[in-house]
Amino acid sequence: MTQNRSARSSRFLGYLVPVAAVVLALLIGAVMLAILGANPLEGLEAMFRGAFGSGTALTSTVLKATPLLFVAVGITIAFRASVINIGGEGQIVLGALLATIAALYLPAMPAPIMIVAVMIAGIIGGGLWGALPGALKAYYGVNEILSTIMLNIVAVQFMNFLLRGPLIDPLEVERGTRIPQTERLIENADLPLLFGSGRFHIGPLIAILAAVLAYILLWRTPTGFRLRAVGLSSDAARYAGMPEKRTIVLAMTLSGALCGLAGAVLVFGSESHRMVTDGSTAGFTGNAGFNGIVVALFGGLHPLWSIPASFLFGGLLVAGNALQRAVQVPSALILAINGLVVIFVVSSERIRRRIIAHPVRVDEDVGPPEDQPEVAVPLPGGEAEADLEAEP
Amino acid sequence: MSEFFTASVLIATVASGIRLAVPLLLAALGETFGQRSGVLNLGVEGMMLLGAFGGYYTVLQTDDVWLGVLVGAVIGAVLGVGTGIMSVTMHADQGISGIGVFLFGLGMSDLLFQKLVGTPRPIDTFPQLDIPILSDIPVIGEMFFQSSGIVYLAFLAVPVATFIINRTPFGMDIRAVGENPAAADSLGVSVARVRYATVIIGGTLAGVAGAALSIGLGIFQQNITSGMGFVAVALVYFGAWRPIGVMAGALLYGLVNAMVLQFKTLGIIPNAWSDIASMAPAIITILALVFVATRFRQPAALTKPFVREG
Amino acid sequence: MRRRSSRYGAVAVIALALALVATACSSDDEASGEDFRMAVVAPSAENDLAFTQSIVDAVNVVAEDRGITDVAVTDLTFVVEDAAAAIRDYASQGYDLVIAHGSQYGGSLVEIAPDFPETSFAWGTAADTFDLDNVYSYEAASDQGGYVMGVLGGALTASNTVGIVGPIETGDAKLYVDGYALGVAAENPNADVLITYTGSFSDVALASETAQAHLSAGADVLTGTAQMVVGAVSVADSAAVPWFGTQANQTSLAPDIVVASQVYHWEVILEEILDKIGDGTLGGEIYSIDFENEGLVLEYNDAFDLPDDVKAKADEAIDAIKDGSATTK
Repeated sequence: MTQNRSARSSRFLGYLVPVAAVVLALLIGAVMLAILGANPLEGLEAMFRGAFGSGTALTSTVLKATPLLFVAVGITIAFRASVINIGGEGQIVLGALLATIAALYLPAMPAPIMIVAVMIAGIIGGGLWGALPGALKAYYGVNEILSTIMLNIVAVQFMNFLLRGPLIDPLEVERGTRIPQTERLIENADLPLLFGSGRFHIGPLIAILAAVLAYILLWRTPTGFRLRAVGLSSDAARYAGMPEKRTIVLAMTLSGALCGLAGAVLVFGSESHRMVTDGSTAGFTGNAGFNGIVVALFGGLHPLWSIPASFLFGGLLVAGNALQRAVQVPSALILAINGLVVIFVVSSERIRRRIIAHPVRVDEDVGPPEDQPEVAVPLPGGEAEADLEAEP
Repeated sequence: MSEFFTASVLIATVASGIRLAVPLLLAALGETFGQRSGVLNLGVEGMMLLGAFGGYYTVLQTDDVWLGVLVGAVIGAVLGVGTGIMSVTMHADQGISGIGVFLFGLGMSDLLFQKLVGTPRPIDTFPQLDIPILSDIPVIGEMFFQSSGIVYLAFLAVPVATFIINRTPFGMDIRAVGENPAAADSLGVSVARVRYATVIIGGTLAGVAGAALSIGLGIFQQNITSGMGFVAVALVYFGAWRPIGVMAGALLYGLVNAMVLQFKTLGIIPNAWSDIASMAPAIITILALVFVATRFRQPAALTKPFVREG
Repeated sequence: MRRRSSRYGAVAVIALALALVATACSSDDEASGEDFRMAVVAPSAENDLAFTQSIVDAVNVVAEDRGITDVAVTDLTFVVEDAAAAIRDYASQGYDLVIAHGSQYGGSLVEIAPDFPETSFAWGTAADTFDLDNVYSYEAASDQGGYVMGVLGGALTASNTVGIVGPIETGDAKLYVDGYALGVAAENPNADVLITYTGSFSDVALASETAQAHLSAGADVLTGTAQMVVGAVSVADSAAVPWFGTQANQTSLAPDIVVASQVYHWEVILEEILDKIGDGTLGGEIYSIDFENEGLVLEYNDAFDLPDDVKAKADEAIDAIKDGSATTK
């Protein structure tokens, strides 16, 4: 049917739009490189090599991508329920803290159990820190953007308090240097390495698993259906008898839990196998709580597409450091380009939807469910066009 | 504890609290306009950072603090136009696009600072401006009327903003567009134009806020705002979208911070608890948010892009 | 006859070849020249006029001195895991010396160093080599300079109140702050020393407000340490209050009010470390810069009008430290 074919080809064009947005941002980046006196081609080449050009580079990229993926999947779940979770930074930290506390105070257990235990602790820590703003929104109407921002601030102070005080390495106290870090955490909790030596641990696999589970949750379970229903139209959902408030809390809790898991992976996959702070959340998380939002967006708010998106963004972040080393341009440029990517992709949503909606859209039956991201993303604010029944 | 309640310490604390509140107040007032008309701008932090650098660099080159403020305003206005394009014309999701502006502002200001300045150099700060007669009042005079021009400007902006929003046709348009854009549209109000206006006002004030911060401190540094822009957005909710409420929130936040600092200096808070104490402003704000949310409603059209039906 | 001369010729050629090989080998043994590769990983900007600048300046001095051209600097790595990745990457790329300039990096270094027994690592500021034979550690006896400048501060204060703005009570910062306080007490027992730790290495606004708080409590001499002090210096400048700097020469920050700075000359120990590496020892020693080995130097601001009798006190204090009669920590 011509309708189907043009629907599919316009869908394809639709996917090109965010890609075009990214390309535009990168072009601007190249121009800025030139202005700064660096050779853009040299810069881009250095970036590519630094992110993908060797085993070491790929490892760095994948490891950088791992917390991004966790956060992105969490953001996706929350977003589908129309909740914006800006509290990723704080949730990562709380998850990391609880996981660290678990490692410090649980009795020694064999490695697989220990790892599962600390991961669960991370999930609980982040989950609680997500449930709190979720409950505040559901039961008190407090806008979640603001409560999560405030909780980020509380989280960093709490982390500093613990790492400079109760959780500090006793050796540091003894020696009087008081570096704000924990002792070397129990070895049984180390995330196993995949290739014997080096840095590549199983964290990325856990993240991919989380993404797959999130996909299944959102599109193959009644709970997921509820989450998406509440996200599209809370009135309709309530009319259908869905527990709206509990669903919002659930969305935020899941979102926070995934960030908490990222925090646990960061600690137990880290080089030092301790939790250490420089006084800021970004010093621990590398700004994953914010960058993960970018990744979620670029993944079309679909958990599976977040996987390649996180890989690319992890590469972009790693490339920034390589860029600095190669052409002496501060890695802050990459941060700015990141911002431009977000702005362009988000701004092009309207264009994308226009392109995709162009042929007859009412026809739901556009073939079997493809594992492609859903076309119209239900954005908080109700501009949703998508039919809840349509499979992604 | 008794050391805190001496005149000099109290005066210093209040003055410090006011100083800390000024950038917050300016940015939050700007955001109030935007949010009242239905646009959420999470990019305030990025705008403040670029305004801070612009202001700093201008004063570094020209020694003119007010020129620096002007440059900050212009930078903020330009970013406001950009935000308008994103949120009003392109219907971009307002939460996320704001984060994009934040990342862009953070990276750009850092980049420009490293390339154009490098090693930090202090700049002139706002000169103290005593208000005649009022500044001679004992205690109160020192607390409030011996500040600098930017402080007075920020607080004067509060009644001006209140007046604009509540008593001018423009303000009426803002409120209408924020509550029921469809109705406003049918009455001939250009939703887009109103929102562009408020977002540009918001950007301008955010830029001024950033310049006020860097020039007030007399220095610039990577990420000098450290989250202040986000706090400013929170304060709009705290203030129930009314300038006077926003002012109360900014003052509360600034004063609590100043008090905590003073307690640390005087040794009232032992070092071990200093981080817990630093949580105070955030926790108090959350509690206040709970209070506000149960009593005040947000503008009905907040975060919803306007699409004309039919 | 011909064969003999050609045999001599052969011997000469062989001898020459051996000599060339010998010189090539020995220049491999020295830590210098274009073959030697050095890297630095640090948490703040390389031109921050404080912590990171001190090591980058030293590395550049040493590199020029020894003709080392391959010097890599990764600054602004405040994310500990990124720093760990950078350290590991440098080591795996074959750098000969990797300097991990940040106390938070220690936990990572102890895991990385054993994987690269051919690479030498230097960790600062700290005094621990983890019993590894390829890790050096270095620290600054910043308490010494702190003490001497405390003496000066105690002498200069007219209001008998001195303010110190610190980041976090740890390591190098703690040494400096405590040393300064002791110096003030030694010179001026009646003086009040206000010590405030802001809780952050980087929050400039907080440092600024802390300095303001000290001023309003009556302080007329200020000092502080860490990257965030630029905020405090600015306040001192506006209030025309004398400032003492540490880690780098901070005169350029406020030419009117900076009295003196304790400048870290890490190159003093870097030279020693490089010599040792050249001899084949890749680690196992703890180094400290102090007045004795001139790793610490008190650099005065010529534009500041310091009375001669006050400066004499400083010289006395330095002597007392060198001969051990002063308690600086």
